[in-house]
Amino acid sequence: MLELIEQFNVLGAFWLNIRLAAVSFVLAMVLGTVIAILRLAPVSVLNWFGATYVTLLRNTPLTLIIVFANLGLWLQLGIEFVPREGNPNFILENNFWLAVLGLTVYHAAFICEAIRSGVNTIPVGQSEAARSIGLGFGQSLREVILPQAFRGGITPIGNVLIALIKNTTVAVAIGNREIAYQMRNMMEFRPDAGILIFLIVAIGFVILTLPVGLGTSWLSSKLAVKR
Amino acid sequence: MTDSRESPGTGLGAPLVVLEDVNKHFGDLHVLKDINLTVHEGEVVVVIGPSGSGKSTLCRTINRLESYESGTITIHGDELPSEGKALATLRADVGMVFQSFNLFSHKTILENVTLGPIKVRRKKAAEAKQRAMELLTRVGVEHQAEKYPAQLSGGQQQRVAIARSLAMDPTVMLFDEPTSALDPEMINEVLDVMTSLAKSGMTMIVVTHEMGFARKAADRVVFMSDGAIVEENTPEEFFTNPQSDRAKDFLGKLLTH
Repeated sequence: MLELIEQFNVLGAFWLNIRLAAVSFVLAMVLGTVIAILRLAPVSVLNWFGATYVTLLRNTPLTLIIVFANLGLWLQLGIEFVPREGNPNFILENNFWLAVLGLTVYHAAFICEAIRSGVNTIPVGQSEAARSIGLGFGQSLREVILPQAFRGGITPIGNVLIALIKNTTVAVAIGNREIAYQMRNMMEFRPDAGILIFLIVAIGFVILTLPVGLGTSWLSSKLAVKR
Repeated sequence: MTDSRESPGTGLGAPLVVLEDVNKHFGDLHVLKDINLTVHEGEVVVVIGPSGSGKSTLCRTINRLESYESGTITIHGDELPSEGKALATLRADVGMVFQSFNLFSHKTILENVTLGPIKVRRKKAAEAKQRAMELLTRVGVEHQAEKYPAQLSGGQQQRVAIARSLAMDPTVMLFDEPTSALDPEMINEVLDVMTSLAKSGMTMIVVTHEMGFARKAADRVVFMSDGAIVEENTPEEFFTNPQSDRAKDFLGKLLTH
């Protein structure tokens, strides 16, 4: 088993999954928060835009989004994230960022909904009190609503992170050499070890996602807003 | 019913909050019917009436936590803006104390009181903190400054809520049934703070079921029933010699308990 892991650089492949997940999660949190603000804003055009974004992105298969990032954005529109000149790793690096883009826009829709579920844990009196001391919409959000929404939404946000970590395997579709890519290689060259290969990959993901579940449970009770 | 502009308490000061022909519906329910009310500077107006009479809605309408369909509400002669920055500016000058306290659950007591002064009034943190501690001392909860709202009793939370409003230096304060969610032994500690506030000359509109407070602290009692102001008078006159049958009936039920 160790021999398999070393021969096919399993750890290096998983490292790419971790990088994809970490960068995409940070960006999805930012974008998801922005979309959530649009959905909470007292302006119906913004509400409509936010709701449309979530409906479209949440209901489109991730594979389709990531393949579109590659075929549509890069090959058709020529969008490139890293310099091409004198960069032998251009394709790999550009594919990484295209996958990050796809993972981000897809999971931002789920983050938005997780934050909104956090908002639903807040009694209406909190925003009434914020307005009654003269805070504007943006100030109410920043000072009162969002801090409580993130705390109330830790568990659903953690669920999105777990899904995101596993969904990084879709990045293989556009040539990222992550664990799903390496698994295919292993299967090709060591078909005799099929069950072991599956186990290695499965256990690897459990090791990555289990702490997220435990961590969010711990955080959500530690940071819970006492009412 | 007397014309609100010549109502008792006119000797106090210039008109501060003026409601003219205000109407509001919740669906088919007509919750505010042609409300006319003038509150003068330094005046303490207590609004009483049976549940569902529209008194809480009236209170919430004055700082536009509820919208209204027709009529005008002016504060200091300026009509209530319907939204945006101007409304936020106006709300900063109108203190509001809620039945359920509504302290910011994720902030400490001190942060609750300094948030508005720092973010809305643009005061320096040190200055806001000093003023907040003075106010917390005034309402008797200075030792709880670093705690969170859930660690305080209801009476303490409501006194913090009053301090939070006072920190904005409001021109008028609205109290929406401030003692209705409190255990009986905590009601007095809140009423004492409100009474001393009334004596200090604060303009107050208080929706309450506390008749003792109305007798002791009010300049004028406004009696509402079914969305309309039925009667308004000085506390002595209202409690000893109510004019309308509706008020007589309401007071009769209270006294026979």
